[in-house]
Amino acid sequence: MSDDPFAAPRAAHGRAPDVFRPGGWIPMRQHRQDEPVDFVIVGTGAGGGTLACRLAEHGFSVVAMDAGPYFRPLEDFASDESEQTKLYWTDDRIVDGANPLQMGGNNSGKAVGGSTVHFAMVSLRFRPAWFKSRSLLGYGADWPLDWREMWHYYSEVEDALKIAGPVSYPWGPRRPRYPYRAHELNAAARALADGCEALGIKWTETPIATLSAPRGLAHPCVYRGFCTSGCATNAKQSALVTWIPRAIAAGAEIRDLAMVGRIETDNSAVATGVHYYRDGQWRFQRARNVVVAGYAIETPRLLLNSATGRFPDGLANGSGLVGKNLMVQSNQAVWGTMEREVRSYKGPPSLAITEHWNYEDKGKDFFGGYCYMSQGPLPQLWANTLMSARGLWGARLIEEMEKYNHVVGLKIVGEMLPQETNRVTLADETDQYGLRIPRITYAWCDNDRRLIDHSLAFMTQALEAVDATDLWRQNDDTCHLNGAARMGDDPFTSVVNADCRSWDVRNLWICDGSVFPTVGGVNPSLTIQAIACRTADRIKTMAGRGEL
Amino acid sequence: MPDSRPGTRFPGYDVLSKRQGPSWNDKTREVIARRLSTGSEPQFFAADEFLTVVAAANRIVPQPPTRSAIPVAALVDRKLHLAQSDGYRPPGTPRDGDAWRLGLKALDAETRAAFDAPFHILLEADQDVLLQRMQKGELRNPAWTEMTSDVFFRMRLARDIVLAYYAHPTAWSEIGWGGPASPRGYVRMGYDERDPWEAAEVRDGDIESARRKNNRVR
Ligand SMILES: Cc1cc2nc3c(=O)[nH]c(=O)nc-3n(C[C@H](O)[C@H](O)[C@H](O)COP(=O)(O)OP(=O)(O)OC[C@H]3O[C@@H](n4cnc5c(N)ncnc54)[C@H](O)[C@@H]3O)c2cc1C
Ligand code: SF4
Repeated sequence: MSDDPFAAPRAAHGRAPDVFRPGGWIPMRQHRQDEPVDFVIVGTGAGGGTLACRLAEHGFSVVAMDAGPYFRPLEDFASDESEQTKLYWTDDRIVDGANPLQMGGNNSGKAVGGSTVHFAMVSLRFRPAWFKSRSLLGYGADWPLDWREMWHYYSEVEDALKIAGPVSYPWGPRRPRYPYRAHELNAAARALADGCEALGIKWTETPIATLSAPRGLAHPCVYRGFCTSGCATNAKQSALVTWIPRAIAAGAEIRDLAMVGRIETDNSAVATGVHYYRDGQWRFQRARNVVVAGYAIETPRLLLNSATGRFPDGLANGSGLVGKNLMVQSNQAVWGTMEREVRSYKGPPSLAITEHWNYEDKGKDFFGGYCYMSQGPLPQLWANTLMSARGLWGARLIEEMEKYNHVVGLKIVGEMLPQETNRVTLADETDQYGLRIPRITYAWCDNDRRLIDHSLAFMTQALEAVDATDLWRQNDDTCHLNGAARMGDDPFTSVVNADCRSWDVRNLWICDGSVFPTVGGVNPSLTIQAIACRTADRIKTMAGRGEL
Repeated sequence: MPDSRPGTRFPGYDVLSKRQGPSWNDKTREVIARRLSTGSEPQFFAADEFLTVVAAANRIVPQPPTRSAIPVAALVDRKLHLAQSDGYRPPGTPRDGDAWRLGLKALDAETRAAFDAPFHILLEADQDVLLQRMQKGELRNPAWTEMTSDVFFRMRLARDIVLAYYAHPTAWSEIGWGGPASPRGYVRMGYDERDPWEAAEVRDGDIESARRKNNRVR
């Protein structure tokens, strides 16, 4: 039996958990609190974990804190949906607006490794034009980044995670071959492929961050299908098993069960460190630079909760945009039943994908794009979907659940447009740390609805083409969080610049999903990690020039 | 398509027969053992509240009398006792445990107003009508305060009950799901492909063939 990762911090006393060995430890450098480190990073997920690794590898002293525990998946993870809710951020949050978001397991993680510990591993590149969607496509906002530079960083991340993917990718400019071979298709993915072929559009094996061949101490994926409940075999290439061990090997310190409540700034608008709660008391870590990487709810919340007399509206908020332009992605689905057994619980949930409607603009009555993927919901998720989206309960629910092995579904990841009214603010109530909780306000716009309608009609055709019956539409789901601290070229219309550096507090950085000006129609984590790699390189360059 | 009576699709299949095998790791064994030993006494709900939860669970996820029942209400109770919450709620809806207390109180006010009796002794048909009206947001007794009955139904009552039911191995066996699957996982991924450690469904009316396969599941 292992020690309890929730009871007391594991990363302490000069060592951190070895994620590859039950009960194992690796040596970890530690830093004093009263001496400033080069970078203190809040959050160790896709953004913070990646940045911690690359900054440490560039020779900076780094402390990265996470409110969540430090798991060893091999011994701490059960194959069980209920038990694994321990991976989710379930601190109190208020949701409102015309289309209130579902949070919890649907949206964010609380663990060393962040949401990548329970993400579905789909690892896609943005369509190049999306980085300039305002100028080239007429909607949203331009990014201050160039797609060619991002193409380089995407390759770096794909190699770091040994993404398993197809030999040649059907859409967009050339990209290198994926490092590991694509996974075989399960029946759910076969149904997607057959539907695309019947409708005359392209499909491909999903590029995915789970191993299709051994890698060091990690084994290939065994197709157990619990990916969004956490991978107990370490096949999943989460930040926890990739960037974090590399970060520690390069001298970074990770502090688990460390909740940052406030960023301290002095009278000259310089951040001096962070106040954090760990091991029963509030502490202060001094730092020359502070990076916020808490994801698109906690990042704006922390900035707002760090208001001072000099910055009464919160830190980095000279533009007034902190918390605004929050974006989720539409995640609607069409479900049906097949005569044959599908057993979509086998394998990662999404093994096949089509990005057709990300790259094809003809025939659209909306801006933006979407991809759609095969699905593999586990029983609790599926039962709750039937209850909440279809209203089933009683004998009808029990009967429908008995068809579980025959269910087939297609689900989109769709672009939603940025709107200032979709935002994170502070509610008056406080959480277990005494910090004001976030209020998350969300409403879809007409464009969002048109995109959703288009996708539902198209996926219905795709399922009809494979003879699925009893089709029904899940109209209400959303996924992923982005925006709320967007990057840009102009201090009046953005929170950070292209280097993720705040306009107002020059040694404060934001490096996570919150910096996205638009979301595109693909899952965000590969882009978040690519931005983090770029940011680390930029910081190294700027430090070399004395510009930090 | 197989027999449509509940519980007859996968004769003889029991997810727990794999419990000591390579499909379960130690952590899973520990977690499921704890769940299977859930006692029947409530720790979060008061006695009268618990009677209502038991009655509601019987309508949301009715169980056949032919097998031992999943202690759905007790599983909901344990989750609330451990303060495991979803972590999000609309304004006016309290945190999970308090929302349950408020919702049960409001339901009680509704049933007493309409039937002069508590929920758990009503006829099943009457209970169903109340639950349907709750689902549609039609219950508007002042006791609901700011929480609407449809939100309570969808985000708390039905959700927690459905999740509790499908957290139990008996329900997994009933739907022919493979269950815990680490480290062994699965090998045969295509249409109509079954690993020998997965549930076999009755095909072409051949119950005995399915039962034989299911008895060999380890
Ligand atoms: C179920 C699910 C499936 C997903 N599937 C995919 C997918 O297939 N592909 C994909 O690309 N993306 C997917 N995502 C999204 C992806 O996981 C996120 O976009 C990504 O992890 C976000 O990175 P981040 O660095 O912004 O935040 P996170 O990875 O969430 O990391 C933030 C970390 O910060 C910590 N933190 C926050 N506030 C504080 C604080 N004040 N003090 C200390 N620590 C703090 C949190 O505990 C957390 O660990 C999925 C998400 C979910 C929930
Ligand atoms: S299917 Fe693969 S990646 Fe997903 S949980 Fe299982 S082993 Fe891990």
